[in-house]
Parts: sequence; structure tokens; C-alpha cells
Amino acid sequence: MRRLLLAGVAAAALCASPALSPAFAQDIKQGGSMTVTYKDDVSTLDPAIGYDWQNWSMIKSLFDGLMDYEPGTTELRPELAESYEISEDGTVFTFKLRQGVKFHNGRELTAEDVKYSIERTVNPKTQSPGAGFFGSIKGFEEASAGNAEGLSGVTVVDPYTIRFELSRPDATFLHVLALNFAHVVPKEEVEKHGADFGKHPVGSGAFRLAEWTLGQRLVFERFQDYWNEGLPKLDQIVFEVGQEPVVALLRLQNGEVDVPGDGIPPAKFIEVMNDPKFKDLIIQGGQLHTGYVTMNVKIPPFDRIEVRKAVNMAINKDRILRIINGRAVVANQPLPPTMPGYAEDYQGYPYDPEGAKALLAEAGLGDGFETELFVMNTDPQPRIAQAIQQDLKAIGIEASIKSLAQANVIAAGGEEDQAPMIWSGGMAWIADFPDPSNFYGPILGCDGAVPGGWNWAWYCNEELDAAAAEADSIVDPAMAGEREAMWRDIYLKIMEDAPWAPIFNEERFTIRSERIGGDDKLFVDPVHIPVHYDEVYAEDVQ
Amino acid sequence: MVAYVARRLIQTMLILIGISFVTFVLLYLVPADPARQIAGRSATAATVENIRQQLGLNLPFHEQYLRYLGGLLNGDLGRSYLQKTEVSTLIASRLPASLLLMAGAIFCELLFGLTMGVVAALNRGSRIDETLMVASFVGVSAPQFVIGILLLYIFAVQLGWFPIGGYGTFAHLVLPSLTLGFLGAGWYSRMMRSSLIEVLRQDYVRTARAAGIARARVLLGHALPNAILPIIAMIGIDIGLFMSGIVVVESVFGWPGIGQLAWQAIQRVDIPIIMGVTLVSACAIVLGNLIADLITPLIDPRIRLR
Repeated sequence: MRRLLLAGVAAAALCASPALSPAFAQDIKQGGSMTVTYKDDVSTLDPAIGYDWQNWSMIKSLFDGLMDYEPGTTELRPELAESYEISEDGTVFTFKLRQGVKFHNGRELTAEDVKYSIERTVNPKTQSPGAGFFGSIKGFEEASAGNAEGLSGVTVVDPYTIRFELSRPDATFLHVLALNFAHVVPKEEVEKHGADFGKHPVGSGAFRLAEWTLGQRLVFERFQDYWNEGLPKLDQIVFEVGQEPVVALLRLQNGEVDVPGDGIPPAKFIEVMNDPKFKDLIIQGGQLHTGYVTMNVKIPPFDRIEVRKAVNMAINKDRILRIINGRAVVANQPLPPTMPGYAEDYQGYPYDPEGAKALLAEAGLGDGFETELFVMNTDPQPRIAQAIQQDLKAIGIEASIKSLAQANVIAAGGEEDQAPMIWSGGMAWIADFPDPSNFYGPILGCDGAVPGGWNWAWYCNEELDAAAAEADSIVDPAMAGEREAMWRDIYLKIMEDAPWAPIFNEERFTIRSERIGGDDKLFVDPVHIPVHYDEVYAEDVQ
Repeated sequence: MVAYVARRLIQTMLILIGISFVTFVLLYLVPADPARQIAGRSATAATVENIRQQLGLNLPFHEQYLRYLGGLLNGDLGRSYLQKTEVSTLIASRLPASLLLMAGAIFCELLFGLTMGVVAALNRGSRIDETLMVASFVGVSAPQFVIGILLLYIFAVQLGWFPIGGYGTFAHLVLPSLTLGFLGAGWYSRMMRSSLIEVLRQDYVRTARAAGIARARVLLGHALPNAILPIIAMIGIDIGLFMSGIVVVESVFGWPGIGQLAWQAIQRVDIPIIMGVTLVSACAIVLGNLIADLITPLIDPRIRLR
């Protein structure tokens, strides 16, 4: 028997989101323009390829997927899907599509487009960094190796119905369908522009791309035929690229910029935070991020659990927070506090240099040892590494700092015998979707502990891998609490083995001009960074 | 003359091939794996291998290089790994901005540098001379980032005379040109000063002065054209210096040129873009020197090109 899990018009749910009260939302008039600045040019707006925090939310405004999140939250809701059903065993997902949804080129979006888009992402010719997320769909192995044209597990039942058959129950599948990599693209436009589709994006999103002058600016315009009436609130967004964050801040003060996309530059942080002018314009929120030190369990003496625990106890995390002007909270476990499965009552390892020394002595390393700490070479990462180095020195560990370009640190981490310790800052780990499993597979699971992998601690616990697979097979939403508890347990067991020393969870600070309005949550949206472009509005047209 | 230019162009080709080879070797040795970077953190080993094959990264070094060289000869600079766009398109869209900035900066350099040099030379040993030389020393050694931010703060934020960064109008061009030009002016002023002092000592200047020709006429008609010769060769060399300065200045002022493109590509190890920008910069330097060499005999007919 199949159970109907969710049905109904999601448009109504949009306005009823906890972030925006219905009355409040309806009072807002559409119109106006917003200017957002970025230091770097936008790399691509192809949803199958774009994978950085800058283009992620832009793509979300140009394209739609079957699923999305309530604005300002991590709660899933249908987007292009009108309703969906999940089979009892959690392996078949059937979606009914909303009718009358138009692409920016005027054509109606159908189930064929959804199938084409996901198969395109999985096809190795597309070179999508997101292909791996679809690993649970039947036929993935053949398709991703280039041995099959499409995915045997995706079937178009009728123009408005699509069915996914999975090779195993996957509780994260709805989240996967909310990723940009599953956003729907029209085949004819992809074929027309070929590899340049990312510069000529055509989707079904709230905005359409009106202009892109490489290296200078992008202009998004309201899509008049957008299926979700009332959205977007703004008529236009201008993204000016190539602007230094310090300069962007000066322009914000001058009224020329509404949101500096790169945030408050570290050098100006205290000044800006203490300035009464900015007091009401800064919004703080958590993000799904953890900064951690990995200890390679394959390289002695980090193969000894006492040593790894000693490192956990040696680092003064509060002092590190001061180095980054308090833009984070202390972490004691892999998951950030905003993630389901976070263990509220877990205390973690205390800051206890004497205890750490005792542990080293217990491991027969009372005289300490020499090692290397790899770190990415852009500020403030080397400064954080120096603080860690000093703390380790206090217990007798002489860690020399290897400060390298990001790509080189990642490459060293992917080799079994290269990097004894890595400070993850600037490279990892911000969750792709708000589910505890997303902090496990590539960075703590056995699959990631392979050459070129992202499990830089080379930690592989097969028991935990089995437990993780079991947790992810619980698809029934009624059992979400149990699944969460299982994941909590997995992360606490990892902490017992201590392959990481979690250091902090970053906080986000978005600054905006007075003329841009919207619920505070929209400015620290967990998936739309720096703001939820579709939902914010211009005060000067109200 | 034609033979000279032809010979120089052949030399240029060889230099560019040499540069492309050295850059290619260096980037080949970078431990970062582009296929892994493109494939992302959730990719399977099969996907990474598949991408590696598509990009030809599994081929031996010499084959990869010959492929690249073959592409170059057909005017193909390759496709950016991460932006999935033709490198030539990306560079072409940014080159006009960089050339404009370079022209503005050379104008500022010559205007300030030569004026300072002439004034210093004519007042040799005086307080004015000392002050100008100290100023040129500061100009040469000041970090471009600091000067850029300082000019921006004073003239754009406080006085509001110019826009705060950006591109598009003449007003946008002034501050970045001044920043680059101010720093280069230091070199020119020192060079101009010593060159002019040297020329002013020459017999023909003394003769002209003795013949009763006005001081200004001697200076403008006889001394300056001779003193300026070494400066022209310097402009060619200067284009090379600009290429390094342009990265910083373009970043500070949000100037959409190739310096900014290079910086973004270096951070992400986007090898085709780094290769492309390096070759374009090398072309600019070599062509700058060639043009300087071709102009010199027009000013001083004693110099013959062979």
C-alpha cells in the first residue's frame, strides 16, 4: 500500500511559511531593484555545474526543482511537484508535477524535462560535481560510467508524473531533489548553447537572466510568467562583480549598494559591528558549517587514540574565536547546532592541557613529537593554524605549518601518507543539504577514505558505515526522530574515536541597506546565501 | 626594417612557445588534480577517471603539451575547467578594459614622471629636487593596494569627486590610472632627471645657450628630445611591470580586466585560464618592447635597426 504523504497546492504553503506571516506577505508590493556586489565574477549559472556559494542561490532564482525549502528555514516543501508519494519500502518516489509551469523561453515544463535534467547531471560528459548525489537511483553506476544513455530508474509516467526507483531506501532523496543539480533545464536550450549553457541559462525560476557582461555585471529581471504569483518581489537584481568587499562597504554607506555579497571584510568587522549606523542593518544567523582539524589515523602517532584525544584537549577554541572576532561558536562535535541530530547535551572534550599531557605520557609520548599541520594560505586560516600550533606546543607537540593553496591542501589530504593534520578552514565543510548524513559519507565514511577522497582523517569504521546505511534507509517521516537519534549516536561514537578535533561553527553576518526589506531569516537563509533573492523586497516601492 | 620586424616576430614566436612550455610544465607539476576538483567531493572514482579522460589528463606530458600547442596554432586557448567557457572569449571580454587602464596609467606616468624629472633636473641639488626624489622613492616602493585604497578613500569617499570603483566612464578611469601611474612615475622621474642632467652637460647645449637661444627653447628644442630617448625603451619594459600591478589595482577598483580574471583563476587552479592569461601577458610584453624599438629610430635618426 502506498501512503499519500503530501498533497495540495504548495503556493499556499509559500505564504504560510513560518518565516513570513500571510498578512505580512500579502501587503508587500512588487517592484524596485536591488544591487548586490561580489569580488569574483560568477563562474557559471548552469545548475548541473555551478557549485560555489556565490552562484548557488543565483541558480536557485533562475531555475526550479521538484523540491525546495521554506524560505529562511531548512524545512523541505514541494516546488515544481504538486504532490508526491513514497512507497512503503522507501524505494519508489512518484511525483505529480504542477501544470502550466513555463520556462523562460515560453515552453511548458513537463516530466520529460525533469528526467532529461537529472540524466544530464549524471552523464559524465556534463562533468557535474553533483552527479554523485544521485547514486541511489537505479542505473546510476552504468550511467555515471558512461555505459548507459539514461537512468533506468527514472520513468516518465505521463507528462505530469515522474517516478524514481531507487536501488536502496534513501531518506535523503527528497533533499537531493532540492539540490541545484536536480533543477530543471529545457533540452532545446542546452543543445542550442552546448557547453556555453551556463552563460545563457534558461530555467523556470522567478527571475530570468537579462544581461551578463563578463567580469562586470549580471542583471536578473522578474519572469513575468512565473508560476508562483506574487514572486519574486523585486523587478530587478543587479549583480556587480569584481568589487572588493572593503569598497563594497563604502558604497553601501553611500547608498549605491544594497547587499555586499561577500559580507563584512574581516579587517572592518569590529568597526562595522560597533558602528551605531549599522546596528539595525546587520543580521546574524547560524550556518551549516563546522571547522575542524583532521588527524590522519594512518600516520603515526595519530594512529593512537590517546594522541588524538590529547589534541582535542589541547586546543583553546575560545582563543581561536577571538582571532576571528567572535564570528563563530565553539564546536564539540562534527554536526553544527542548526543540523538535525546535533547532540545538545554532549559536552565534548574539555580544554585541559594537563590532561592532554597525561594522555600523551600514557601513549609513551611524554617527550612529545614532531608533526605537520596543513592549512590553506589565505587569511585568517594561517593565523588560526598558528594558534593551534602554539596550543600543541604547550603539550609538547611540535607541529610545523604547511601553508599552501587550497587545491594543494585538498590534494595532500587525498593521499594516505601526506598530511598528518589539516585545518579545514576555508575548504570544508558546509552542508549541501540540511541532513545529518551529509556530514558523514565523503568526510568521515569509508567511501571517502580513498585516494583523492575528502576523508582527510582516513578514518574508516565499518560498523558506523553499516549504522549510517541503516539510518538512511528509514524513509518514513513518522520515524524521523528515530533516524535522527541514530545519526546522533553515530557522531558521538566518532567523537569517541576522535579522528577530528572540531573547532568552531561559523556564524553568518549579512549587512543590507535600509531600502531592502524582508524577514530577518531571509538574510541568513541556510540555502540562499547571502539572501533569498526571490523573497526580499524594496522598501521604496511600498 | 621589414627584415628586422620579421626577425623580431619569429623571435617573439619562439619566446611565446618557450613561455607556454615553462608555464605548462609548472602547472603540470602542481599537485592539485583538476579532474578531482571538477568532479566534486561526492564523485565516484569512475566519474573522476571519466573526466580525466575527457580532458586528456591521462595522456603523457608530451602529448598533453603538443595537443595544447596544436590548439594554440589554431587560435584555440582551450576551455575553462570551471567556467566551461572558451578562454579566448573570457580574455577577449576583459582585454579592452586592461588596455584602457594601461593607456591611462602610461599617460599618468609620463605626465607626472617627466614633469617631476625635468623640474628636479633643472633645480638640481635644491630643496625642490630633494623633495621630488623622496616623493619618487615613496612612489616606487609604496604598495599598490595601500595607494589604491588611500586614493579611493580621499577622492571618492570623502570628496566624492569620483565613483567608488567600477568601470564604464572616464571618471571611473581616473583613480586606477593614477594609482598605477603614481607608482610608475617614480621610475620615470629618476630616469628623466639623470638623463636630462646628462644632456644639459653636453657641448651642443652649452653652444646653444652661448649663441643666445632662450633657455626654454634650448630645453624644449634640443635637450628634451635627446633626454627622452631612454624613456621610450622604458615604456616597453613598463608593460611587463604593469601586468603584475594590474592584478592588484584591478582588484581594488573592481576593474574588469585580465588581471582580475587571472587572480580568480589562480585561486581555483583553473589551468586553461592561467595559461591563456600568461600567454597574452607575454605577448603584451614582447610587443611592447618591439614597438618601443621601432619608435626609437623615428625620434633619433642616428639609431638604425638591423
